Amino acid sequence: MNALLTGLRGFAGFFSGVLGADAYRKYLEHHRDSGHAGPPLTEREFWRDHTDRQDTNPQGRCC
Amino acid sequence: MGTMPAGRPQTADPEDGITPVPGLPPTAVDETVREAEERKWTPGKIALWAAIALLGGVAWFMLAIIRGETVNAIWFVFASVCTYLIGYRFYSKVIERYITRPNDRRATPAEYKADGKDYVRTDRNVLFGHHFAAIAGAGPLVGPVIAAQMGYLPGTIWIIIGVVLAGAVQDYLVLFFSMRRGGRSLGQMAREELGVIGGTAALIATLLIMIIIVAILALVVVNALGESPWGVFSVGMTIPIALFMGVYLRYLRPGKVMEVSIIGFVLLMAAIIGGGAVAGTEWGAAFFHLDKVTIAWGLIIYGFIAAILPVWLLLAPRDYLSTFMKIGVIVMLALAIIVVRPEITVPAFSEFASRDNGPVFSGAVFPFLFVTIACGALSGFHALISSGTTPKLIEKERQTRLIGYGGMLMESFVAIMALVAAISIDRGIYFAMNAPTALTGGTVETAAQWVNSLGLAGVNITPDVLAQTAKDVGEQSIISRSGGAPTLAVGLAHIMQQFIGGTAMMAFWYHFAIMFEALFILTAVDAGTRVARFMLQDSIGNFVPKFKDHSWRPGAWLTTAVMVLAWGAVLLMGVTDPLGGINTLFPLFGIANQLLAAIALAVVLAIVAKRGTFKYLWIVALPLAFAAVVTITASFYKIFSPVPAVGYFAQNAAFAKALADGKTSFGTAKTTAAMEAVVRNTMIQGWLSVIFVVLSIIVIITAVIAAVKAYRNAAKGIANVEYEDPAQPSRVFAPAGVFPTPAERELQAEWDKLPADRRLEHSARH
Repeated sequence: MNALLTGLRGFAGFFSGVLGADAYRKYLEHHRDSGHAGPPLTEREFWRDHTDRQDTNPQGRCC
Repeated sequence: MGTMPAGRPQTADPEDGITPVPGLPPTAVDETVREAEERKWTPGKIALWAAIALLGGVAWFMLAIIRGETVNAIWFVFASVCTYLIGYRFYSKVIERYITRPNDRRATPAEYKADGKDYVRTDRNVLFGHHFAAIAGAGPLVGPVIAAQMGYLPGTIWIIIGVVLAGAVQDYLVLFFSMRRGGRSLGQMAREELGVIGGTAALIATLLIMIIIVAILALVVVNALGESPWGVFSVGMTIPIALFMGVYLRYLRPGKVMEVSIIGFVLLMAAIIGGGAVAGTEWGAAFFHLDKVTIAWGLIIYGFIAAILPVWLLLAPRDYLSTFMKIGVIVMLALAIIVVRPEITVPAFSEFASRDNGPVFSGAVFPFLFVTIACGALSGFHALISSGTTPKLIEKERQTRLIGYGGMLMESFVAIMALVAAISIDRGIYFAMNAPTALTGGTVETAAQWVNSLGLAGVNITPDVLAQTAKDVGEQSIISRSGGAPTLAVGLAHIMQQFIGGTAMMAFWYHFAIMFEALFILTAVDAGTRVARFMLQDSIGNFVPKFKDHSWRPGAWLTTAVMVLAWGAVLLMGVTDPLGGINTLFPLFGIANQLLAAIALAVVLAIVAKRGTFKYLWIVALPLAFAAVVTITASFYKIFSPVPAVGYFAQNAAFAKALADGKTSFGTAKTTAAMEAVVRNTMIQGWLSVIFVVLSIIVIITAVIAAVKAYRNAAKGIANVEYEDPAQPSRVFAPAGVFPTPAERELQAEWDKLPADRRLEHSARH
């Protein structure tokens, strides 16, 4: 049962990574690791910035 | 075996000039250890690869040699997967060893440019999924279906062999070289490596090719939704669903991507089920019953609005939905094919394999089969993805093989599954669905009569079967639903209903398939329009600097409108074409896509030559030569062929002559206006072919010149100009493949022992 749960959790983690749902967590990690002085963006600010930057930096999607 | 040499030097390595960061374990498995591990063939390993080779061999034998009444679909799975595994394990290793020569001691852009936003180190398996979701769309689902006209074998061989020797090679090499250049785009690389002429030709070709690709993808959607109230309703509902998701993510619960994707998915399913109910009502059937021209205009207006709306509102949420569906659908389809294992009655080579006048697409196997199936075997569009987002996310250089080469193998597998789904339906239904109305007559009676008159072995279809199939999938008619998507949807519904739900569920599965194909395509249309708009803005910006400012509204709107009008014109041309739009335009899609592949491979050829790798240059030259020969031959047929069904100008001349002779109907065009439309369309299509092929030849020639120059320089001992970013030492370690090797595990353990703060301290960059 536990193995099943771990497997499911692993898959959910993988899937959210593929979707890009973990972008904020990774940003926080980067912020902490790189020793920035100021506080990081809040989750709301981060996602706002995340999509707004795509406005000026479009990413292709293939056929 | 597997131990790391102690007392590692902390000075610059004489091989690569990289000085490792002091105090860290090695960032790469020791070269000799890795080499020994790779070269050591244990009995277990030998047995495993022998079994894979044997199974693959048997599967190919079943597909290609055995001529039974039927062939089981499972052999397609075995033949493809075993060939992919062998190609991945052996051929891509050769490419890695002799061409890319990755160096894990060297930092990737995700490390040395890390910003937590665009440049982020991403777990290799996650990035594999991410890259796959970005490259795979409706293309591999459509091309193989149309190519099934020739029988299953030509398409199967091209998809499987093509990907191993061409498609995956292109994706891998473009990804690797873009990564070495900090994630630069294909256009920038072309400019650097090929000079101004080659670079400019590549840029214009890319822009035109994007227009064609977006237009034809849009045409596939229009053909799937035309006169289908259920389809129009459920696909139309994706827009409010995406808007809701956008607002939810922006204002209600920012960052809850997984949560909103699940909500969106549930709503999507509700839209499909609701679509059936709505289409069943009188008002629903009347209101959502739209003809193709109306839908095309709707799509054009939608395309413009979607491309100027902020990304967060429509594009980003639908992208989540599209990715969510993509992974889910593909896993489900693979499972269904393995569980159901349908028997295939389509012959290996059909009656049309040796002719050039097939009703679904015209032209002989060579070169037209090879352009009809582009995505899944060799897709130039991938070069734009492989040189954009993905290289900025790679953690270690060695992982490019898994992500670039492996990701493309995965797309090829999707193409094989689409082919299996399409050929699992009755051949009579296949031809009735895919031939233009001009041939089928548009009713079940005329279509059945026409199909039976083709004289296809084992095909004897009755009007009742066609009517019943339409009823099963919840459509008013399935006659002449060309474009590949409806056929795939029928095939998928046919397989899925045996897996889950039975015949009662067929209509649901059909519209489910139409829905996800439309979703992929609409995302590609949006994103394609945006990317093309930026390219146009930058190009105009060279003359009118104001256009370079991407936030300048009038400029953005104007360039967006230009792009939408360009693909919209091609789309309308296809929708109203009396000859049947898909049949005349689909070759142009494949040619455009593969010319882009030729351009990408040409750029790679120049880079590889400049790195001094001449002995193995054939690995790049082979697919380049093949793509060049196929596309240039196909273009020449389209331009010069005297057969009206094949040559655009021949068709043009035939119709112009008929008009001049005062005829009021000619061939499939029943009115003078229709005849004039043919004259206009064929002229445009003909000139587009001319422009493409000329631009591509320029790019290929400049690349060959660059390669020859590099060879001469090498002979004279002159160093070639190198455009790679300077090498910087890496500070992280991660395994290269899906499963870590023993040596990688050992090294990983060493890294895991490192106190967390030491690791963090050393990845400080600002």
